[in-house]
Amino acid sequence: MSATETPQQEAEHGHHPTARDYVNIAVILGILTALEVSTYFFEFGPLGVPMLIVLMVIKFLLVVGWFMHLRFDTKVFSRLMYTGLAFALVLYSITLAALYLDNFSAMT
Amino acid sequence: MAAGAHETSLGIDHRKLGMWTFLGSEFLFFGAFLATFLLYVQTTAGGPGVEIFDIPFTSISSFVLLMSSLTMVLAHNAHTQGDLRRMRMWILATAGQGAVFLGGQVFEFNVFVREGLTFGTSPFATSFYVLTGFHGAHVFIGILLLLTLYTFSLTGKVKPNQPLKTEMIGLYWHFVDIVWVVLFTVVYLIPELTVLD
Repeated sequence: MSATETPQQEAEHGHHPTARDYVNIAVILGILTALEVSTYFFEFGPLGVPMLIVLMVIKFLLVVGWFMHLRFDTKVFSRLMYTGLAFALVLYSITLAALYLDNFSAMT
Repeated sequence: MAAGAHETSLGIDHRKLGMWTFLGSEFLFFGAFLATFLLYVQTTAGGPGVEIFDIPFTSISSFVLLMSSLTMVLAHNAHTQGDLRRMRMWILATAGQGAVFLGGQVFEFNVFVREGLTFGTSPFATSFYVLTGFHGAHVFIGILLLLTLYTFSLTGKVKPNQPLKTEMIGLYWHFVDIVWVVLFTVVYLIPELTVLD
């Protein structure tokens, strides 16, 4: 690697959030994790799974947006990451569909 | 080397572009294992199933890994300000938390094996160990990268004006963290709610 940063990198580094911002995000992440774990101890009924998925997505977005700096970086990186994620979600959806169809055929 | 020598035609540093491309492909890698786990989550072949999970224990190790992302980003922040001493402190804290997480995983696997959930017990067991084991391997590689960065910063191979080196390892580390955010929910918490009901 080179000894110096490119002007583009220097410009990016100039827009970094402060350490306090990072700590605040970590506190929010901690609270969200506590909420997730609460589903194990308390009964949330049919809201349990949707709540877990929403909390997971929020945590994911907070980490990639703030800690991985996607909010502040060029959009190309966001596109790369979300493309990979989209492919993974397609795979995930196909699996869920297969599971559903398997269960459906077992019932009929 | 002249400034801009590492830029692509997009004006983006090619090392960072390469790292993001790698991370994007890693989603598919873990997506495939996660999909396999979901297919076999109830195929326990008479062996232990998801009831074997110790959610409070895994919650603590998940929290430790989540907080390691904070120390990692603080290390990058310190490096951006040219403060290598503080950067090294946060890097060690991150590696330490990674080691705690990994230790927890080894402990968890040992407990599971003692309770009859070995690698070949069932499709559920195999898919679980492959998925979480590969994640553990990523954490282990991350710790090695962190310790290498720490050593290089001591020997002068990483300089105060090169925060990109910390950022690159940080991207990898945060990726490992977000994968666990997904695994913790999909592998541990959701099956506890759905399969056991």
